[in-house]
Amino acid sequence: MESAIVNIAYLIASVLFILGLKGLAHPKTSVRGNLLGTIGMLIAVLVTLLDRHILSYEIILIGILAGSAIGVFLAIKTPMTGMPQMVALLNGFGGGASTLVAGAALVEAILLTTEIDIQFTVATAASGIIGAVTFWGSLVAFGKLQGLITEEPVLFKGQHLVNALLLFFALLLGIWLVKEPSLAWIYWGVVAFSSILGITLVLPIGGADMPVVICLLNSYSGIAAAATGFVLNNNVLIISGSLVGASGVILSNLMCKSMNRSLTNVLFGGVGAVNTKASSEDIYTGKVKTSSPEEVAMLLEAVRRVVIVPGYGMAVSQAQFAIRDLFLLLESKGVTVEFAIHPVAGRMPGHMNVLLAEANIPYERLKEMDEVNPTFEQTDVAIVIGANDVVNPIAREDSASPIAGMPILDVDKARTVVVIKRSLSPGFAGIPNSLFAADNTLMLFGDGKKMVLDLIAALKAG
Amino acid sequence: MEELITILTIFVLALFVGFEVIAKVPPLLHTPLMSGSNAISGITLIGALISAGSKYTLLTTILGLVAVTFATINVVGGFLVTHRMLGMFKRKG
Repeated sequence: MESAIVNIAYLIASVLFILGLKGLAHPKTSVRGNLLGTIGMLIAVLVTLLDRHILSYEIILIGILAGSAIGVFLAIKTPMTGMPQMVALLNGFGGGASTLVAGAALVEAILLTTEIDIQFTVATAASGIIGAVTFWGSLVAFGKLQGLITEEPVLFKGQHLVNALLLFFALLLGIWLVKEPSLAWIYWGVVAFSSILGITLVLPIGGADMPVVICLLNSYSGIAAAATGFVLNNNVLIISGSLVGASGVILSNLMCKSMNRSLTNVLFGGVGAVNTKASSEDIYTGKVKTSSPEEVAMLLEAVRRVVIVPGYGMAVSQAQFAIRDLFLLLESKGVTVEFAIHPVAGRMPGHMNVLLAEANIPYERLKEMDEVNPTFEQTDVAIVIGANDVVNPIAREDSASPIAGMPILDVDKARTVVVIKRSLSPGFAGIPNSLFAADNTLMLFGDGKKMVLDLIAALKAG
Repeated sequence: MEELITILTIFVLALFVGFEVIAKVPPLLHTPLMSGSNAISGITLIGALISAGSKYTLLTTILGLVAVTFATINVVGGFLVTHRMLGMFKRKG
């Protein structure tokens, strides 16, 4: 009877999680959705605390207090520009917790000499591998995004062989665990190999590919939870784990499509071999037009439609609030201003949207690529700030280019393009950008935030 | 075996529900989707609670304690930061 009540409570929690995610389909229902998810979690936790196996609450209380304090601190203190690393870190903790829970369940089962069946051992091994890869992979991703480890891809000879061997040994030990479930140390062996694998898998991945990695780790943290659900025979773990697993898979796919690269290429290929026909000198020499804020301000005096294209550079120079002021100023002059967001702009899916929303830009002005692309031909000025590869027309024109076929924002079709950038240095793909040399492009060289502020000053003076 | 089939069924069906529900989330909200779904994956907390509270051995208690801490960071941090982010999305500036 008791277990029936617990399971019904878990069912209610699962339904609330699904309704919560459903709420995220629209900004208007999203806050309520998130609250429903929170309530679901609260119900699941409260009902679990009544479990008859729990003999003491001191340890639990310590863990919950410590975890809540850290969680609240992170959630309140992390700036919006730091969301990618925050999510990476949270993914890691989720995966790590799943690994530890599966380990504890194994130790307990050995101790109580309960009969250990194959479902238990297979799930435990899976939880150990996926959870440990998630934990350490996420810590490396966090380190890269936070600037603690180099964002450059760390490559060494025989990398793929090392990764393959690590995975092989983790799997081998996993199979051994299935055969010999009474030896708990085998599990920790699985975890050890998987931990190193998590590190060596993420180290070679460069900064701009981080969106894919974070999505994938997000997916893994869900699958690890689902695997732990199979260990514990617990439905709510399985259901929530699969929901999150599905979410991560959808997002990683979307990211890969938006770069026209396969998941294998992102994870193992690395961007490197550049064999484009045109060198940067061929493209840039004598064709790049440098402009000034005053000149651009004059240009903006007589326009009706402006599209702003933000990229990771906007987040780096914290320019979103200056951009908001520019937005308001242009709107007050009767100009229609919209924002064009490429799916892989920034360091995680939707990152630019959050930054612009934080700067109080109404969300209906934030347009997706497919929606905004047909409108560039009617756009007087497109302002590109801190974006590079995602606006490079070479993706459409040069089939030998490493970004060939990548869907881009067609800013070059706007009447005039203003690019705010520090220098002509290439973006992550390591190739020159023919947009910078186009006839209708004006370059504003300098720090993103400073340039936007200068532009605002010039507009107000003029 | 029957139990395994049952939970396998639940697993597969939940994956489909996940795909259906999440495909409808617009790119606008993909960051909150990630932090929010992340918080949900912290559900592993309920497994951690039992390990931490059941007092079988010192080892399981320690594992449980660390797991409870990790999962709570995940749950509390995830839901709270999602709430904070979603509050920023407004129609008119």
